[in-house]
Amino acid sequence: MTLVNLKPSDEFEFKPGKGEVLLLACGALAREIVDLIERNRWQAFDLQCLPAKWHNTPDRIVPALREKIREAKGRYKSIFVLYGDCGTGGMLDQLLVEEGIERIAGPHCYAFFSGNAEFARHADDDVTSFYLTDYLAKHFDKLIWVGLGLDRHPELLPMYFGNYRKIVYLAQTRDEELAKKAMAAAKRLGLGYEYRFTGYGELETDLGRRA
Amino acid sequence: MSDEGELDLNSLNDEELVQQVHDDLYDGLKEEVEAAVHILLGRGWAPYRVLTEALVEGMRIVGVDFRDGILFVPEVLLAANSMKAGMFILRPLLIATGAPRQGKMVIGTVKGDIHDIGKNLVGMMMEGAGFEVIDLGINNPVEKYLAAIEEHKPDILGMSALLTTTMPYMKVVIDTMKEKGMRDDYIVLVGGAPLNEEFAKAVGADAYCRDAAVAVETAKSYMARKHNQMAAG
Repeated sequence: MTLVNLKPSDEFEFKPGKGEVLLLACGALAREIVDLIERNRWQAFDLQCLPAKWHNTPDRIVPALREKIREAKGRYKSIFVLYGDCGTGGMLDQLLVEEGIERIAGPHCYAFFSGNAEFARHADDDVTSFYLTDYLAKHFDKLIWVGLGLDRHPELLPMYFGNYRKIVYLAQTRDEELAKKAMAAAKRLGLGYEYRFTGYGELETDLGRRA
Repeated sequence: MSDEGELDLNSLNDEELVQQVHDDLYDGLKEEVEAAVHILLGRGWAPYRVLTEALVEGMRIVGVDFRDGILFVPEVLLAANSMKAGMFILRPLLIATGAPRQGKMVIGTVKGDIHDIGKNLVGMMMEGAGFEVIDLGINNPVEKYLAAIEEHKPDILGMSALLTTTMPYMKVVIDTMKEKGMRDDYIVLVGGAPLNEEFAKAVGADAYCRDAAVAVETAKSYMARKHNQMAAG
């Protein structure tokens, strides 16, 4: 990658509501998408996100996306969805076929951050791994610990995590604080810990093709 | 519960006590459920009656409120833990008293998947409904399902998956059963969060069960059909 020494006046700040390609994304990817847009100075994109907490209730994703797509069609040159299947059991892909819209390839963000082929290669060894991304490491307490009710009922821990052996932290950025948080999460869940740096993986390449 | 102190379960009549078990299951109060089971047994209730009227009915209410979005997963798990504790007391008594048997089920989470919360709930509710349940646990390859079918000769095979990436494995199991000419000898029920009826039909299962209560009702209805066919044949 070519490093460009930018002066503050050259910095590119993403401003929503301007691009001709609408990105409809999971809120858990918002920071990464904005970072990529700014770093690559992509001007084609507008961005709308749905709540990341729907990670725990995927049945809410498809109806909300349908609404967003129908609202946005005609106002943009194209729409690109940044969601994996994310537990919708194929319903998301069915919707996108009906609407004639594409999404990033992969069952979930763990796969497209890792690279789908690379993720599939690890699949058998990773059956008992619980994945964290930068977003999940940062919001572990709110999304996982409180979200699953473990703050109120820690006795449920074995029912939720009894079959897992380790946390695999798929890091998008080299951030020591987040790595510490991920490690602390593993300790709290009584699991082993592994760090894998993925960068933005196929999120960057797929967006680059549409920029 | 009263602020003035603990409720004395012994002071309640049978009807009130059963109602209290439903409430305590709903609130996930394991010790209270255990105590009430002992009291009902002490009053001469048959273990099967305690199971069906107190525990299973209580969990049915929990299931309905979960389906309606009133209760969430943590509350259901606490209720399930309480029911499990009650079942632990009743199980040996049910065997000893020869409680009625509805049928036999082999159940397991498919290969590549270690999620078992839903599967465990189904197993428990099926047991509560009078089914003998052989639980294969998690991450089951097709060979393990086939070996269990061979060994236990169940009426029903239940498969569970939570992941979009693992649910297609159900088709591998069903296709293998077809190849071996044994598919039609068993009722195949499938379940798990990302599944739906369309998927169940596509993989060749008999039915999709959206939750544990539906699994019990579906299993009962297929068993009744099976008995009718046998009677007619």
